Amino acid sequence: MVEVTLWGALGQLAGGQSKVEVEAKDIRELFRKLAEQYPGIEPWIEKGIAVAIDGTIYRDTWSKELPKGAEIFLLPRLAGG
Amino acid sequence: MNFDPRFSGRKFSSVGTRPIRPDGVDKVTGRARYGADFNMAGQLVGRVLRSPHAHAKILKIDTSKAEKLAGVKAVITAADLPDLTDGDSAMYDVLDNCMARTKALYDGHAVAAVAAVDARTARQALKLIEVDYELLPHVTDVDEAMKHTAPLINDTLFTEGLEEKPVKPSNVTKRSQFGHGDVHQGFGHADFIVERSFKTEQTHQGYIEPHACVASVSSDGTADLWVCTQGHFVYRQHCAQLLGLEASKLRVTSSEIGGGFGGKTHVWAEPVALALSRKAGRPVKLVMTRDEVFRASGPTSATSIDVKIGARKDGTITAAEATLRYSSGPYAGTWAEIGAMTAFACYKLDNVKTVGFEVLVNRPKTAAYRAPSAPMAAFAVESAVDELAKEIGMDPVDFRIKNAAQEGTRSSYGPVYGPIGIGPTLEAAKTHPHMKAPLGKNQGRGMACGFWFNFGGQTCVDLNIGMDGSVSLAVGTVDVGGSRASLSLVAAEELGIDYAQLKAVVADTSSLGYNDMTDGSRGTFSSSMATISAARNAIKILRDRAAQTWDIPVDDVVWENGHAIAKGEKYGNLAALSLKEIAAASGKTGGPIAGHSELVADGAGVSFATHICDIEVDPETGAARVVRYTVIQDAGKAVHPTYVEGQYQGGAAQGIGWALNEEYIYGKDGRLQNAGFLDYRIPVCSDLPMIDTQILEIPNPNHPYGVRGVGETSIVPPLAAIANAVSNAAGVRMTHIPMSPPRILAAIEAERGG
Repeated sequence: MVEVTLWGALGQLAGGQSKVEVEAKDIRELFRKLAEQYPGIEPWIEKGIAVAIDGTIYRDTWSKELPKGAEIFLLPRLAGG
Repeated sequence: MNFDPRFSGRKFSSVGTRPIRPDGVDKVTGRARYGADFNMAGQLVGRVLRSPHAHAKILKIDTSKAEKLAGVKAVITAADLPDLTDGDSAMYDVLDNCMARTKALYDGHAVAAVAAVDARTARQALKLIEVDYELLPHVTDVDEAMKHTAPLINDTLFTEGLEEKPVKPSNVTKRSQFGHGDVHQGFGHADFIVERSFKTEQTHQGYIEPHACVASVSSDGTADLWVCTQGHFVYRQHCAQLLGLEASKLRVTSSEIGGGFGGKTHVWAEPVALALSRKAGRPVKLVMTRDEVFRASGPTSATSIDVKIGARKDGTITAAEATLRYSSGPYAGTWAEIGAMTAFACYKLDNVKTVGFEVLVNRPKTAAYRAPSAPMAAFAVESAVDELAKEIGMDPVDFRIKNAAQEGTRSSYGPVYGPIGIGPTLEAAKTHPHMKAPLGKNQGRGMACGFWFNFGGQTCVDLNIGMDGSVSLAVGTVDVGGSRASLSLVAAEELGIDYAQLKAVVADTSSLGYNDMTDGSRGTFSSSMATISAARNAIKILRDRAAQTWDIPVDDVVWENGHAIAKGEKYGNLAALSLKEIAAASGKTGGPIAGHSELVADGAGVSFATHICDIEVDPETGAARVVRYTVIQDAGKAVHPTYVEGQYQGGAAQGIGWALNEEYIYGKDGRLQNAGFLDYRIPVCSDLPMIDTQILEIPNPNHPYGVRGVGETSIVPPLAAIANAVSNAAGVRMTHIPMSPPRILAAIEAERGG
């Protein structure tokens, strides 16, 4: 079980919660279970969500493992120049 | 990913050196081919008709007269670019921006296009196209657009991110919020509070090369596109989707690029050129004029930002808050969101809150510009930070050092930081000779910090070893800042060969797997990771070929300094085989030798910079001159230090232009008044001092060499550093960017009470 912090807009889609607990071993499973638990989040996952694991931001590596006790923080996927 | 990206702390022999750039000779002799330098047999000239109105319904477009003009081979409107976006609202906006469908949403919005045998005929044809408009009220100012009385630009958009779903559409398309703690409580603990409002005007990336492409669509459904872009694979995806082509049948080749800075990450002219070619049955070259580049391609946001920061007498910040309003053009964007995330990222804050509002205006669709949205937020925050330090009576560098984020700090945008470089850049600034240099009359010194995320992304590289032992490297990230040189250094490092043995090229979309574009400071970070991986894959094959030659197990063969070496006393008599020798024999040991890599480069590592500048202000005219400028930035590892310094200097130069001169000026009619470099003044060499640089190397733990992106962060601090310097020189706080002579003079006179 990992604790996942959601940014404001995503928290609203999760019933106003800023933190949710999810049983997931990697980012792919995290997204799948979040979409199951909170269907409103699914379109956001499709558009792109970045995942910060202990401060390092991952945008595309869905196979990245979620270490036990790690800080998991979801962020908007941003544009660069 | 079958590749370990962790920092290994190795010693380097090639990486970190400064060889001559491989594209240099072609560029200085004029041989390099840019977007407009490519030609095809039977090529037509494309031209675009643009709306002269800021906001208007398109009632009717009559192209019949233009179609009858001799020499005109095709005329297109939105009808020739049907909506194939399948509910993808972001792509629909791209489509509508390429060619207006029901409304012209800004001065310069494309409404029709022609392809003709020459430019004169094409221009004549544009004059023959009749467009009936119904003019609508417009709004171009970000604050005005937020008022409930403002003309509504898109009545289908409702504000996202509000607690209660709105019942009325709005020009405010989104509200976003970040932060932690309790700012109200934090301000209660403050002994000093600074609260100010700031504005920044819209600027263009100002790339010297305009958008240019040559499109050729064949009747069999295949197509070619030669184009100046930061991401030819992304252009292929977007153009294929918008034109209904199969991506694999559209080959996109990227030209040399005369600057992009985020402005060449979006399609504008390319789908139009392809649609013209499809209709005409001939290749079409479409080159934007400078006027078109300004009126219709990617400027950054104009902003309006309120900042409030409180601190105790000892200099500890107790709370920080900002409200950021960013214009996004007539389409929804997420620019204020990025500003809200980056605004306070340099600081360790227990109580912080930022709120961003995305605002529609009748201006061109906002595009990314080098660390998009961060410079404006940094201008507001770093100005307030400087003012707060002054009120407390602390040195501005010491105040920032006291409050700087460090490893383990919860960032203002959410996650806890790993190892970061803000503290070291500030310490370097504190001890830099620039900080102690004497100032002359009417001169002021300013400094500021900046933050940018940096990104990675999908990346693919091919490394091919020729039979003569020379090595070609095919990469898919467009070389906007010297990546062919830096990637050649990386390949040389891994293979243990000389840099001169390598030649790197940017491969077209049919020759290599998909690559995300060169944005987010990712070019060298991502492609170096893939190059390392590809080189290591090639080394496996080289070892195997040597093992075959020697008839020994491959596990007994190691690769050192460009040679296969049989390890162990039993092989004592075997002379090492060089890469060249193994390559020469490759036909008899299994055929060509190549290394391939496809990966997602993630974990780019955030980046920080601190800038110092001295400004001289003429109190009679308000003119400001940059006397001295220093950039200090963390590069993780500088692969080619000269290019890294160039990125630092380039970002500073663009920031200087933005801070002092550059702005989009709209008339009351909603038309852009200064769509050219004579009236929109970017800095030239004579405006700038030599920009000093100091590279710090705090390794990124998520890259084998410790590399971080360096392309964008350098544009984040200049607006604020220069504003602080001008404020110190003029004796009045400047709150509106650009600080053009009339604005500085008005501020000085207002301060004098005049």
